[in-house]
Amino acid sequence: MEKNSKAFQRVYTKLFQLTKATVSLYATGIGYEELAIVDGRLAQVVKIMGDMVTLQVFAGTEGIATNAEVIFTGKAPTLKVSDELAGRFFNAYGEPLDGGQVMGQEREIGGPSVNPVRRKQPSELIATGIAGIDLNNSLVTGQKIPFFADPDQPFNQVMAMVALRAKADKIILAGIGLTNDDYLYFKQIFDNAGALDRIVGFINTTENPPVERLLVPDMALTAAEYFAVEKHQKVLVLLTDMTLYADALSIVSNRMDQIPSKDSMPGSLYSDLARLYEKAVQFPDGGSITIIAVTTLSGGDITHAIPDNTGYITEGQLFLRKDTDVGKVIVDPFRSLSRLKQLVIGKKTRQDHPQVMNAAVRLYADAANAKTKLENGFDLTNYDERTLDFAKEYSEKLLAIDVNIDVDTMLETAYSLFRKYFSPAEVGIRQEFIEKYWNQS
Amino acid sequence: MRTIGKVTGIISNLVIVEVEGRVSQNEICFIEHSDAKLMAEVIKILGKKAYVQVFESTRGLRVGSPVEFVDHMLEVTLGPGLLSKNYDGLQNDLDKMEGVFLRKGDYTAPLDNDKLFAFTPLAKVGDKVSAGSWLGEVKENWISHKIMLPFKMTGEYTLVSIKEGGEFTVVDTIAVVKDKDGTEYPITMSQKWPVKIPIRTYKDKPRPFKIMETGIRVMDTLNPLAEGGTGFIPGPFGSGKTVLQHNISKNAEADLVIIAACGERANEVVEIFTEFPHLDDPRSGRKLMERTTIIANTSNMPVAAREASVYTAMTLAEYYRSMGLKVLLLADSTSRWAQALREMSNRMEELPGPDGFPMDLPAIISNFYSRAGFVYLNNGQTGSITFIGTVSPAGGNLKEPVTESTKKAARCFYALSQARADSKRYPAIDPIDSYSKYLEYPEIAEYLNKTVAPNWTANVFEAKDILLRGKEAHEQINILGDDGVPLNYHLKYWKAELIDFVILQQDAFDKIDSSSRLNRQHYMLEKVLWVCNTDFQFDSFEEVNPYFKRVINQFKQMNYAEFESDNFVKYENELDNIIQERKIA
Ligand SMILES: Nc1ncnc2c1ncn2[C@@H]1O[C@H](COP(=O)(O)OP(=O)(O)O)[C@@H](O)[C@H]1O
Ligand SMILES: [Mg+2]
Repeated sequence: MEKNSKAFQRVYTKLFQLTKATVSLYATGIGYEELAIVDGRLAQVVKIMGDMVTLQVFAGTEGIATNAEVIFTGKAPTLKVSDELAGRFFNAYGEPLDGGQVMGQEREIGGPSVNPVRRKQPSELIATGIAGIDLNNSLVTGQKIPFFADPDQPFNQVMAMVALRAKADKIILAGIGLTNDDYLYFKQIFDNAGALDRIVGFINTTENPPVERLLVPDMALTAAEYFAVEKHQKVLVLLTDMTLYADALSIVSNRMDQIPSKDSMPGSLYSDLARLYEKAVQFPDGGSITIIAVTTLSGGDITHAIPDNTGYITEGQLFLRKDTDVGKVIVDPFRSLSRLKQLVIGKKTRQDHPQVMNAAVRLYADAANAKTKLENGFDLTNYDERTLDFAKEYSEKLLAIDVNIDVDTMLETAYSLFRKYFSPAEVGIRQEFIEKYWNQS
Repeated sequence: MRTIGKVTGIISNLVIVEVEGRVSQNEICFIEHSDAKLMAEVIKILGKKAYVQVFESTRGLRVGSPVEFVDHMLEVTLGPGLLSKNYDGLQNDLDKMEGVFLRKGDYTAPLDNDKLFAFTPLAKVGDKVSAGSWLGEVKENWISHKIMLPFKMTGEYTLVSIKEGGEFTVVDTIAVVKDKDGTEYPITMSQKWPVKIPIRTYKDKPRPFKIMETGIRVMDTLNPLAEGGTGFIPGPFGSGKTVLQHNISKNAEADLVIIAACGERANEVVEIFTEFPHLDDPRSGRKLMERTTIIANTSNMPVAAREASVYTAMTLAEYYRSMGLKVLLLADSTSRWAQALREMSNRMEELPGPDGFPMDLPAIISNFYSRAGFVYLNNGQTGSITFIGTVSPAGGNLKEPVTESTKKAARCFYALSQARADSKRYPAIDPIDSYSKYLEYPEIAEYLNKTVAPNWTANVFEAKDILLRGKEAHEQINILGDDGVPLNYHLKYWKAELIDFVILQQDAFDKIDSSSRLNRQHYMLEKVLWVCNTDFQFDSFEEVNPYFKRVINQFKQMNYAEFESDNFVKYENELDNIIQERKIA
């Protein structure tokens, strides 16, 4: 049964068990997580019991026969890294879609973590021009943050816009169950911006088998580590859509009869996602990996296990929703958060930035209360009326995703709205800022 | 001879080892893999098969790999030099590791074996000593670090000789003791202890009777934590658990702080070791890092070491408590530890309890919390471990096993509310749901009334009452409308808002507001209650909101000003004038 075709490659042809996602056979000398080829399809070792080896077949097991050929490669999944990656698109296995080759060093994907004491505290502001981000939820190099959005929101468009304005040396697109249309959209928008040579893409579209998706983020992050660690570059990684990644995880764990936890997700979902997101890093020598992801929601529900675990891992989230009062998509100031913003706001930006931001959000919250009152049929006070007017203008001039201004202009806009609708005491920020900026802008 | 074995099965980080010889539960073993040795812990034994959880990635591991057992449980090394270190969950010194990435099987020494410490003896030749007895001391940063008879030495010993002074490393012999049979034992400044076993070298563990000042108003004033007490902070993501814990670690009245970063973000650890070396400890004037030790098992580090990380941190805390110190222990997040237990229990196909967590989760949690406490040591000195853990409930729903089990174990409950966080009312501790059981202890009340002010606890309960009545009034206003309720309801609501904005809310990122000493908290509470107890003249409810907004704004300016500074006094005078405007004489 066992024949040695090439050195390091051992070939078997007798499977004794097949499920939808896995095959099992008797084999020896196999390493855990080793890659194998089952009937021409890539597979990975997920369980070894004595000489019984179970393989997860990424493309599924449809049509595989008990005498299928199994070749063990003697290594975990790898990617060849070099500058030749730039400007090209790859499949989930790291093979160029242009049919060519990559000359480069072979790296295991999903490699070890950075020693925390070798990290540097992120401190570089990423300006996007979008006030819902720069004013309220400033992004910082080395951060990991997802967009939370229902599937009908234009998250890929916003993400592409942010990526192009972010001044990254490399943009690595991980398309996880991307529709073909969105794939072409990304290609086209990067091309139009003259940025294609800075792009590396790892693409699994909806046409590819779902389990293959599990390799895509690791491929992208391995490429990112190459450019950040070895070339000291500022790398931006786009992961879209991580909900489909988690769905693929649940397919596999389900087929392997693992006990599901909340929302049919595997109990290890937190660790599985954290392993990827924690690849975001700022190195002391200037190299960095920033991760912007997409987690699609179902009906805005952020308590579902996927957004919930994500929120516990990432450094905030940007919540997109349509504001029907102004008819625009906004970055919701309540549900959105950038946990790294305090490293830059008031430090890299004007000192009153934190207070102005908080005051505006508080007034917006007052408007939400006034709205509830209105909906319950109660009379509004003069203050309520003012907050409602403020909220509309705030939404239109600052929260909407089509805003593109610099941070100082955002602050000035905020003061002009404060002045228009409120007294300094109602805004409630530090007296010294009121004195300095209230009448200025 | 050490027990050996070989790998026969691998499922993720659960490895099955066929053992030749004796093996014990929780024993540590090393699995040979390429040129590294992977550390693992026995978690189940079935006949000749030992199930071990590996503290590393098992990628590439093969069946047949040799395994060596070391005949002891997971241990930490205790001795001078622990402070200011950055450890992983197994107490490896992260700074000693080479390279940017963590390497499998790279285990580094917890202490610096060549560093010299100036030793001063505390015991005399001929003294009777037992485990935990103070033999001498060295200076560790500014802490007087006691050198104790190792905790593993049971029974009574006589001190045969001790160094009179001089500089020694942690491995030099500084004393010799003999047991009742006359056998002599050399003593060094370092020792080892298994993390899962509590260090019990104390005489007595009374109920806590003092409070641990944290500088956080909503804690110290409304729901104080006792020195040697326990508390926990559950809250959905983004509600402020970590910021709150970091703020406590900066400002708390502790001799030293041990932070277990358990399964959370690496950047949060980076924040500590980047900022703490530059921040002043308000009590000692030294740098905060000098009193802080970090145990980092971040979410991308091996899952199996999460459990180890909290026990490692607790054992270090117990070690320092035995020296008569006030230790503050923080763990963020204990849910990640529970999840690690769940992952392993599922892999072993154990019968799951609620939400798939192991059946004995409540017992594990309460055992852990019970290791905190205030103690009288055998020599009459006191020491304490105050413990605060965070809990990350799935979906923010507090009806889940980790929150419920912790609620039974911890005496203070600081519930973070999503609604408060959304409206930026930080710290988002819910003033109504949260509690401190210590406030009900007569000895704590007595302590507070003696150290803060005679009417202190009465004031605290009054403030709580105003908050509760404000909430009720708010609900009525929401049901009946602004003009559907008597004007008095608006006043009740706004008085509660006043307490909310001035006492509860506190800006963790403001240099001055981030920490408030008890005397200042006392002053502000008196002032706020004075306003709450003033009779005001209002003609319509529409006047209440703008007026109280002004009052609140004035108070906030006071909070942002240095206590009793010129500005503080100025804002207070302006506030008094505003109050006079509507005060009914
Ligand atoms: N006391 C506070 N003052 C100001 N901002 C706060 C405060 N507490 C939390 N925040 C904000 O909330 C964010 C999330 O807080 P964090 O403690 O990281 O949440 P959690 O640990 O509960 O997920 C912080 O990054 C900060 O922006
Ligand atoms: Mg946190």
